[in-house]
Amino acid sequence: MAEPMNFLFVGVGGQGVLTASDIAAQVGLDLGLDAKKSEVHGFAQRGGIVESHIRWAPSVGAPTCEKGTLDILMAFELLEAARWIDWLKPGGTLVVNRQQITPMSASVGDAVYPEEETLLAALKKRAGKMVVVDALPLAEQAGNSRTVNTVMLAALSAALDTPAEVWEKAILRRVPEKYEAENREAFRLGQHAAQ
Amino acid sequence: MKLLLSGNEALALGAWEAGVQYASAYPGTPSTEILENFARYPGIKAEWASNEKVALDNAIGASFGGARTLVTMKHVGVNVAADSLMSLSYTGVQGGLVLVSADDPGAFSSQNEQDNRQYARFGKFPCFDPSDSEDARQFMGVALEVSERFKTPVMLRSTTRLSHSKSAVEAKVPEKREFQPLPKFEREEEVTRVILPAVARKRHPQIEQRLLDVAAWAETTSINRVEWGDKKIGIVTTGIAYQYVREVFAGFSILKLGMSYPLPLELVRSFAEAVDALIVVEELDPFIEEQIKAAGIAVAHGKDITSLCGELTLSKLRAGALQAGLPVAPAPQEVAPIDEVAVPARPPALCPGCPHRAFFYNMRRNRAKAMIAGDIGCYSMGVLPPFQSMDMLISMGASIGMAHGFKQAGGQESAVATIGDSTFFHSGMSPLAAAVYNQSNITVVVLDNRITAMTGQQDHPGTGITLQHEEGTPIDIAAVVRAMGVKLVEEVNAWDVEGVNKALKEAMEHEEGPAVIIVRGACVFTPHFHLQPRMRVDTETCIACGTCFRVGCPAILKSEAVNEKTGKHKATIDPLLCTGCTVCMQVCPVNAIAPFEASYKEEK
Repeated sequence: MAEPMNFLFVGVGGQGVLTASDIAAQVGLDLGLDAKKSEVHGFAQRGGIVESHIRWAPSVGAPTCEKGTLDILMAFELLEAARWIDWLKPGGTLVVNRQQITPMSASVGDAVYPEEETLLAALKKRAGKMVVVDALPLAEQAGNSRTVNTVMLAALSAALDTPAEVWEKAILRRVPEKYEAENREAFRLGQHAAQ
Repeated sequence: MKLLLSGNEALALGAWEAGVQYASAYPGTPSTEILENFARYPGIKAEWASNEKVALDNAIGASFGGARTLVTMKHVGVNVAADSLMSLSYTGVQGGLVLVSADDPGAFSSQNEQDNRQYARFGKFPCFDPSDSEDARQFMGVALEVSERFKTPVMLRSTTRLSHSKSAVEAKVPEKREFQPLPKFEREEEVTRVILPAVARKRHPQIEQRLLDVAAWAETTSINRVEWGDKKIGIVTTGIAYQYVREVFAGFSILKLGMSYPLPLELVRSFAEAVDALIVVEELDPFIEEQIKAAGIAVAHGKDITSLCGELTLSKLRAGALQAGLPVAPAPQEVAPIDEVAVPARPPALCPGCPHRAFFYNMRRNRAKAMIAGDIGCYSMGVLPPFQSMDMLISMGASIGMAHGFKQAGGQESAVATIGDSTFFHSGMSPLAAAVYNQSNITVVVLDNRITAMTGQQDHPGTGITLQHEEGTPIDIAAVVRAMGVKLVEEVNAWDVEGVNKALKEAMEHEEGPAVIIVRGACVFTPHFHLQPRMRVDTETCIACGTCFRVGCPAILKSEAVNEKTGKHKATIDPLLCTGCTVCMQVCPVNAIAPFEASYKEEK
């Protein structure tokens, strides 16, 4: 049986974070564990912060993780990784998409989107293990920019000690048939990128 | 078959399994998905009502006809329905009637954190409190049975965390079911449903007795259960708080209450006697704690370890317990937050292409002469930078009444009310009637985006499409307000910046009663919205004046390029986000913004 796990998926509205977290919770069930997930999608429809908690255990209590207990922080956007990194447990794993989505505070105000190297260095210092994925170009290479979440899930599956085919199956169950080929390709690319 | 269902999906499934035949609701986060899911089941009727009181009144009629009925709303929606709800308690019900109140501790998407369990005590009806999706599914059936057995309306209270969390549910695959007509309507021999004063006086003692009867039943039901563990501490808890308790107080005894009103006080008393110290853990108000204390049962800890405010979390409960010296595991060690650089905030913003943008850009230009009353919807974001064009916002439909009162009390500025199309039908028509009646010179701006947008795109009387996707009769807002006697009624294209400005100025100067502007443009998430050729900034021409930043579009970014004279950043447009709405192009004073490609439609 797989190990109990606490995941937090974070990103920006429109990136497919919620679908990805649904799939991760389903994988928990498929692996024979109990699973719960809980999401907050604030009142901005597009462009706001999205956070989704996923927990696997023989019997899950709270649907949300406690700060400092994340085994995995899965960040679909670089700045969001920085915002949520302190939720990780010491030694926990960060899977981060290199993609940058500029918030309004930086595009119109005085706030500045930090330099990529600065952010990655700060994150690396704090994560037990860090997997950096350039998910958007890989998704485009797979034939559809909307497969970013498949690329990310593939990278996650490679970082975990769980059978990749369980993840791939769970993804394909959620994907309309006409997008199956590009999602298979996105999964392959994401797995490769994480190794 | 085990399925991962959200609390809302499970409530819908439970209602269908328990034979609910008719359901009505007004959308409101976090309740909306209950009816959206219920509407997909066979053999039922599910509808969006124009507001929560209408939804409840619909359900009351269906119940009196004999149908099992469901009515759902967010916590503040119950305030709208409360007039009928309080007296429904007196009349009682025929077919089981469950009102789901989806509360929002943490106010993730609401104007307050009111704890609607208080309504149960106020209105003298039972309140059920599920702790996960399986509870939600099962309690729905129990609540309907209690409703019919005791002839009482029943509240089933969810919260954002329950409604929007998924957990495993033993789900049945829906079988076929045909919609059944109600049996022949039978007139009451003794009048209870025409709640005249004499009837109310006669019913009241019966309602008090009913509450005692439900309390006696509560002592016996398995939805209130004890999980014995170490008896040094016993925790009484309910709803989602149970999940935090079973982790933070792992190993101790728990009394899990499936209902918060009326309480099984004898069960609580015997539990209290069996443990050394009794602790009550609940979110928001000390609703259970006060009832237990009033019954003379000693409570060692309650609201001294959990806050009256905000959502309860594992961290908060652990911190409260540790502070009180209770034997729980210490807080986990945390990774240090990033302090090398500032992490900029990601505030909510109107979407690229949003039809509210040009209006708020213009409202900002005219705000020196105006007092702006806002309403509930995506356009609440008009208060945020760069618009900062909203001075008051209180509840659904309140904008028009507030603008009117401000003006009638002698307000010197133009009083502008901004209200959405769905909100207009919810509760905008009656205050407009009063404003016409009393002839106040207010400006009402109906931001008509053809949908109830903020709750996730639900149809409404203005679109004419029903929850179960039937084409109905769309109601024309312009015709309605003309018929109400409004003399100046103007419809403008939402993306026509100068057109909106002209209409706004004209309305603000109008002095023959209320003026109504209908700003028409479909929400970007509706099929009526059409992507246009995307915009591009010509960096050579751009003078970095910053005007386009003031339309507050997430697609307009600061460019690396700088105006050498001023040192200010020029603009650039993210082609992945741009919808081609042209608002930035229209406001650019030097024509530096223009479409750069044919159209989205020509892409693969």
